[in-house]
Amino acid sequence: MPLVKTAREGSDQQLETLSMENSEKTDVVLLACGSFNPITNMHLRLFELAKDYMNGTGKYRVIKGIISPVCDAYKKKGLISAHHRIIMAELATKNSEWVEVDTWESLQKDWVETAKVLRYHQKKLEASSYYHQQDSPVLERPGRKRKWTEYSQKKYPEQKTKDVPKVKLLCGADTLESFGIPNLWKSEDIIRIVEDYGLVCVTRAGSDAEKFVYESDVLWKYKNNIHLVNEWIANDISSTKIRRALRRGHSIRYLVPELVQAYIEKHNLYSSESEERNAGVSLAPLQRNSVDAKL
Amino acid sequence: MKGRIPVVLLACGSFNPITNMHLRLFEVARDHLHKTGMYQVIGGIISPVNDNYRKKDLVAAQHRVAMVRLALQTSDWIRVDPWESEQAQWMETVKVLRHHHSQLLGSLPRTEGPDHSRSVSLAPAAVPELKLLCGADVLKTFQTPDLWKDEHIQEIVEKFGLVCVGRAGHDLKGYISGSPILQRYQHNIHLAREPVQNEISATHIRQALGQGQSVKYLLPDAVIAYIKDHKLYTRDNS
Repeated sequence: MPLVKTAREGSDQQLETLSMENSEKTDVVLLACGSFNPITNMHLRLFELAKDYMNGTGKYRVIKGIISPVCDAYKKKGLISAHHRIIMAELATKNSEWVEVDTWESLQKDWVETAKVLRYHQKKLEASSYYHQQDSPVLERPGRKRKWTEYSQKKYPEQKTKDVPKVKLLCGADTLESFGIPNLWKSEDIIRIVEDYGLVCVTRAGSDAEKFVYESDVLWKYKNNIHLVNEWIANDISSTKIRRALRRGHSIRYLVPELVQAYIEKHNLYSSESEERNAGVSLAPLQRNSVDAKL
Repeated sequence: MKGRIPVVLLACGSFNPITNMHLRLFEVARDHLHKTGMYQVIGGIISPVNDNYRKKDLVAAQHRVAMVRLALQTSDWIRVDPWESEQAQWMETVKVLRHHHSQLLGSLPRTEGPDHSRSVSLAPAAVPELKLLCGADVLKTFQTPDLWKDEHIQEIVEKFGLVCVGRAGHDLKGYISGSPILQRYQHNIHLAREPVQNEISATHIRQALGQGQSVKYLLPDAVIAYIKDHKLYTRDNS
């Protein structure tokens, strides 16, 4: 990340070069929604792979990643409380300079559609860019904030709204393919996601993601807004497998960050009992969307 | 755990660089041996290969050992041993096993001896077994002509034993039945399965590093920092 580093060092001349170099690029914030029950190294890899890919296109500059764990009302089997899932995600991103955890979604009383979570984060970015319109790594440093803002307003007052970063949904191939499951997603939400925001989907080489996009009229129509990222190093550390290993007393070391492992052990989070949570209960989206469909 | 045979696991290889997958081999193997009810894993040793192995892209052993040490900072049962890497020449794996086995025997508490105060409390200590830990790919190489000497393979499986961690795409049982020696000593070959697919090969890691791609969460953070500090695996030096 030499660019951010340069900005942090803060000489105005360097900043000028920086702005010129990036004036053509769109700033992107990657948002990952999911259970994170618990967060694994695979979830964290999605961010790294997506960022390398997007930056490598030359058209985008990824400035931030957001992990948004789903709220408890999602009713997924084995879902433990958001309180713990949030803390684990925070522990896991402690050593990341650009990925952070956002609790808004998890604090909602009812389950919130992903399209709405995207909208919330886009609006939030727009609101904050009203005051300072540049990238967050610089803004997060309180000492730099004022100087940078003054500088930007002086030089490029006309760019005030143009430079709002774009939120894109980051997901694995399984999420993309879940678009085909009846009642899990509202079709208008899928359109919102791919038309208004965009999708960055990390897939195994040779997976069916491309075919899936091709076979869906909606996804095909917005395929320019769907970025398929190849994951060359196969990695299948699913949360389901982590929970299974824990139930069987098997080691999960080196599959999740060490701080997360320690937290799980300390609070004895995953057991046969916790796995039975929400058993037999319908998933919130299925419940909501099938009711909507009947009306 | 009483009555169980103590076991030390030894992993030989390039560790160029060490990845989370190498570390997983140890965790999976230990879980598997404990589940048998017969063994108690009391330690793990990582032995990076000598520079004279002359494998393509092999960085200096000094760096490879340092990276393993960093990766093991938080493990309370695995350690790195630089002995193999410090020898004047490359040596066969079986000789590394012999060395560590004699080290183990030498470090055993003596049951009889001048130290009477201690010998009372010590039951005749079970002699720990040293077993070679490897991934499926190594088991497969036993079939590669000229790579291993038959008498060495025999000594490994007869005198020491093998713990092999399989993964998707590898037919471990097939590898064993394809080799008369392995078949004969299969009671001494333990096949464990990594339930979580992960193919974090060091080759992939080097490729990604050469291309300037992120390898975060595939290797321990401390190892990534070390690679950066020493500019290892950049395009020009490989």
